[in-house]
Amino acid sequence: MGIDFKALQETVKQRFGEQVLAWSEFRGQYGLHVKSGRIVEVLRFLRDDPATKFVMLTDVTCVDGLKLPETMEQGFPERFAVVYHLYSLEHNDRLRVKAFVPEDPCEIDSAAGLWAAANWGEREVFDLFGINFRGHPDLRRILMPANYEGHPLRKDYPLKGRGERDNFPKYTEIPEA
Amino acid sequence: MGILQNRFDEENVIFTNVDTLLNLGKEHSLWYLLFATACCGIELMQWGASKYDSDRFGMIPRSTPRQADLMIVAGTITLKMASRVKRLYEQMPEPKWVISMGSCANAGGPFCKYSYSVLKGIDKYIPVDVYVPGCPPRPEALIEGVFKLREVIHEERVLRKQGKTPKPRTPIVVEDPHAHDPFARHSGGAKLVKA
Ligand code: SF4
Repeated sequence: MGIDFKALQETVKQRFGEQVLAWSEFRGQYGLHVKSGRIVEVLRFLRDDPATKFVMLTDVTCVDGLKLPETMEQGFPERFAVVYHLYSLEHNDRLRVKAFVPEDPCEIDSAAGLWAAANWGEREVFDLFGINFRGHPDLRRILMPANYEGHPLRKDYPLKGRGERDNFPKYTEIPEA
Repeated sequence: MGILQNRFDEENVIFTNVDTLLNLGKEHSLWYLLFATACCGIELMQWGASKYDSDRFGMIPRSTPRQADLMIVAGTITLKMASRVKRLYEQMPEPKWVISMGSCANAGGPFCKYSYSVLKGIDKYIPVDVYVPGCPPRPEALIEGVFKLREVIHEERVLRKQGKTPKPRTPIVVEDPHAHDPFARHSGGAKLVKA
């Protein structure tokens, strides 16, 4: 049981070369930091390779690295990091994949073709961080109302909001989501 | 009820008694909508379950707004939820009442100041009859709120015309009788007896 992460690091390095930025390890939990360019290929490899078999996507989330100190261990080469939490049922092991996305253009390829679970997770990231997922089948807001403006979990979003709770259009009809 | 409602001028013995009778019926069969959005909902379940037992007041949860008389807004209402709450409210048949339960539904609660998504009080969207403060209010406080609502219902006029200046629907704020009795919180109201 368990994945040989040392061997995996070698394989990933051979296959994806300069796409790989770093590996992180903390108490036996591994993280793979990559550029966002070929993210779907990386994820497909991790899903299909018999040595890893990360067949389950438990979560898609995002980190806004705005004004994070430069001295952070792994660094934040771009503003956003889209984080995929993968789980391998066969090997009972987990991996965290971070793909760094610049502020402009704020785009990354969608993983919804690999895991159906990515669909809603990516919608949430789009809703709260404003990251566009190219090729997503149905990229709409999922938590905020359809007529909401802005992406509230971005670090530069004002803490007290922008008055949307006072100026929220009074109900007339439920807007089509 | 429609053709007879608020038609009669006189304050005679028939109309007053019929009104009282109808009001008695309404206030003792407040069927409430099974609807809760956040942690206050846990307290609402407690209130409906065997320990506090809302059934003994004739209050039975209904899962559809079309059979409900009372909406207890229990919990945080987000901007996205607000229009849904309004839609549920509009589906309830008249006469209908609303109890706003907990700080969130009253005024935004802990999310009043720093939040981008929480409505600052459900009374911005639907009319509220009774406010029950607390975070969350204890089931006793909700019972008190229901009793206050019964008083409101008892005063309503059904057959008789509304007064010259109909009483505005003034909201009532319930006080929590045990708010300063910490022991009551854990013992369901039992008093500490010194040995
Ligand atoms: S008032 Fe307090 S207990 Fe009730 S929903 Fe809000 S946060 Fe939860």
